Amino acid sequence: MSIKKEQWGTRLGLILAVAGSAVGLGNFLRFPGNAAANGGGGFMIPYFCALIFLGIPICWAEWTMGKYGGQFGFNSSPAIFGVVGRRSIWRYLGVLGLVIPVIVYMYYVLIESWCLGYAASFLFGWIDLGADKSQFTAKSVDYFNSFVGANQDGLMLEGSIHISVIVWLLVFAVNFVLIYRGLSKGIELFCRYAIPVMAICAFVVLIRVLTLGTPDPNQPELNVLNGLGFMWNPKGLQEGESWVSALANPKTWMTASGQVFFSLSVGFGVIINYASYLKRKDDVVLSGLTATSTNEFFEVCLGGLITIPAAFVFLGMAGASQSGTFDLGFKTLPVVFEYMPGGRFFGFLWFFMLFLAAITSSLSMLQPAIAFLEESLGIGRRASVAILGLITGLGSLFFIYFSNGLKALNYVDDTVGNILIVVLALVQTLLFAWVLGVKRGVQFAHEGAEMRLPFFFPFVIKYVTPSYLIIMLVMWVLQTLPEYAKKTLDDPVLKYSFGVVVVTTVFLLFLIRIGGRRWRAETVDKR
Amino acid sequence: MTTGGWIFMVVSIGFVVSLISFCYFRVLRKPAAADHMHAPLDIDTHDLGT
Repeated sequence: MSIKKEQWGTRLGLILAVAGSAVGLGNFLRFPGNAAANGGGGFMIPYFCALIFLGIPICWAEWTMGKYGGQFGFNSSPAIFGVVGRRSIWRYLGVLGLVIPVIVYMYYVLIESWCLGYAASFLFGWIDLGADKSQFTAKSVDYFNSFVGANQDGLMLEGSIHISVIVWLLVFAVNFVLIYRGLSKGIELFCRYAIPVMAICAFVVLIRVLTLGTPDPNQPELNVLNGLGFMWNPKGLQEGESWVSALANPKTWMTASGQVFFSLSVGFGVIINYASYLKRKDDVVLSGLTATSTNEFFEVCLGGLITIPAAFVFLGMAGASQSGTFDLGFKTLPVVFEYMPGGRFFGFLWFFMLFLAAITSSLSMLQPAIAFLEESLGIGRRASVAILGLITGLGSLFFIYFSNGLKALNYVDDTVGNILIVVLALVQTLLFAWVLGVKRGVQFAHEGAEMRLPFFFPFVIKYVTPSYLIIMLVMWVLQTLPEYAKKTLDDPVLKYSFGVVVVTTVFLLFLIRIGGRRWRAETVDKR
Repeated sequence: MTTGGWIFMVVSIGFVVSLISFCYFRVLRKPAAADHMHAPLDIDTHDLGT
């Protein structure tokens, strides 16, 4: 076990793989909606604060602990947490680093298949919103609901196989073929091509959007500059309020922190796994910062300039105000492309880019569990891929079946995205700063590093980051938990969804127990 | 687009572009470091007696 079976091929490949894991739908759909609805340009103040004091420090902590655990031959969160924390409780807490990516993969692969399905719809002209402009939005909503089966549970699995189920099967298979090929020949190779292609697609769409001018001369106020203004002008949360008042509202800070978290893939269990394949003298500081900055580029420079301005130019404030990922991405933007000259091509390009963004993320969600199954059960890649394929396939079918109103999907996304990733980030921060020790952690991060951690990092990771995370959790408990518990108990679908999370967690805890003995035996002679 | 909007947009994008340029410059200026995870000297041969 102590012999490493896998390794990254190149440093750039690793950076692109981590960046690919971070860049996803959230960069293009969630970020612009959140910014426009929470202070516009003013939102960037809490956003960058969260990035500097929360996102990047946790990133560095994850990279460092991953590299540390890798020196013992471990690649999964439970084993790494165990070796860093030296107590079995940490090993069990490491289950979060598996549950999160595995559960998210179950529904994320579905959304990924929608992106590919929409790309094909634009390419082959399957999506037809008709000639009556007043009906575009209604038809777009109908198309989406029918594509994802949002009108009724079980719709996608009734009678003949629905086209979106076929696309899901295809995307699911591609993910597992790539993951089976391994770290270097699968994930890394794919990301080395996918990220540049994604950037080119995004640039082409960006140029198209920024050169739209004023498409409808009868509505001169609907122009690109005003679209950019809708996104970037600092404003209050309510009409007439000052933008400074938005900064005084804790909700703005919570939303900004949540966005940074979700976007950077911190607290996902992915970075710690990817970094575990590094050697002791490999750099983690510059590599971590480079992967983060790549993600920020896609989010702020591309996502911030494309989505909202495009929606505003054709649909005005009503269209640009859609802040939900699905509303903005799959209901509003198809209408925008219908209006846009050359819209079919640009629609294809846009959704294909989203598909690439999604698949580079979903691949990263599989690798931690693959590594864990290999480590805990002592099995090979073929067996671990088969087991994980079965688990995630069944989970994915659950979300395909309970498709009515996308209730199950949204609920689990809320549960994982708002709670579990914050809990995991807190666990990792405490483990790094208070158990491994900041001094030791920084020393280990600096081994082979091509730049030094900033002077404020030890203080921030020890005091600021955990406090920030604890405040986030306390606020969630006070503001959302009662309503969350009530809706979970009241709705059978949500109860089943909660059950999926619990069953998966218990199963993984059982495997951690099995793996624990082997891991302890392997580390005794290495300390 | 107000002056405030321009300022926030330019500063935000400028910050991110500067950061990514700095990072990739540092990563890519040593082609060998970017292309290979481990230089031969980094391999522990267990014979250095440190």
